[in-house]
Amino acid sequence: MRSSLVIVAFFAAGLFFGRFGRDWLEWVNGESTVYALYALMALVGISLGSDRTLFHALCQQGMRLFILPFATIIGTMAGTALVWPLLSDRSLSDCLMVGAGFGYYSLSSVLISESRGVELGTVALISNLLREIATLLFAPLMARWAGPLAPIAAGGATTMDTSLPVIVRFSGKEFIFVAIVHAIVLDFSVPVLVTFFSIF
Amino acid sequence: MFYILGIMFCGMAGGYLLRRRTHLLQTLSRGIMPVICLLLFLMGVTVGRNAEVMDNLASLGVEALLLTLGSLAGSILLARYVYARFFHSRADHEK
Repeated sequence: MRSSLVIVAFFAAGLFFGRFGRDWLEWVNGESTVYALYALMALVGISLGSDRTLFHALCQQGMRLFILPFATIIGTMAGTALVWPLLSDRSLSDCLMVGAGFGYYSLSSVLISESRGVELGTVALISNLLREIATLLFAPLMARWAGPLAPIAAGGATTMDTSLPVIVRFSGKEFIFVAIVHAIVLDFSVPVLVTFFSIF
Repeated sequence: MFYILGIMFCGMAGGYLLRRRTHLLQTLSRGIMPVICLLLFLMGVTVGRNAEVMDNLASLGVEALLLTLGSLAGSILLARYVYARFFHSRADHEK
């Protein structure tokens, strides 16, 4: 939760300086954002590739671990598609791209800004940030109403880091590997699905 | 976009090769958060300069909220089904 607040603070500071113009920020443009994104993608790739818990989790739980990530992907896509008629100015692919952030707001918002502009990128940032915050705040209710897998599905790509503590607390320790594999599959699918929907 | 994916795949290969260099990996993983903050700051500056987006921030927030509610409802409903179908019955059986 604290790291989310720090990230929001940086975004808000950026908004402020962007709005009320500072000369020393003239170097900020699409290109500098892309280089920062390259660095982030390389670091995320390294952390995924070096994660040995994935292999251990795979051996212990087998293929059953992969059911939930795909259910989360399908459920999220179906949910955003159902909301689409309410958003008159957006195409279906716009909505699916925002949904395909799965709570990974930093990465999805920058990817979407690159391909569809900062307006949809901002929607993606707010929407995916709300998803993470909702998971942190409502995990106990989700677990009670829809079972222990609900907070994991809601957490999307964040279930290996920010929302893992609340999942362990409210879903139970036995679901930790489900949460880790869920996050790895969804982390990986964010750039793949956002790129895929950007074609349409 | 595909270039960005390619960088992630190269990172994964590099991460696999470096998997025993725990200290280096810890240092690299600590770098993720500052880069995310930098990215969001840069994005904030870009958004802040865009008058059209700034004037419509409230309506963009409503769109974002609707998409979040759709995402959460869809994924939670399916998670409930997956638990009942694949996890709960097995747990009962094992008892």
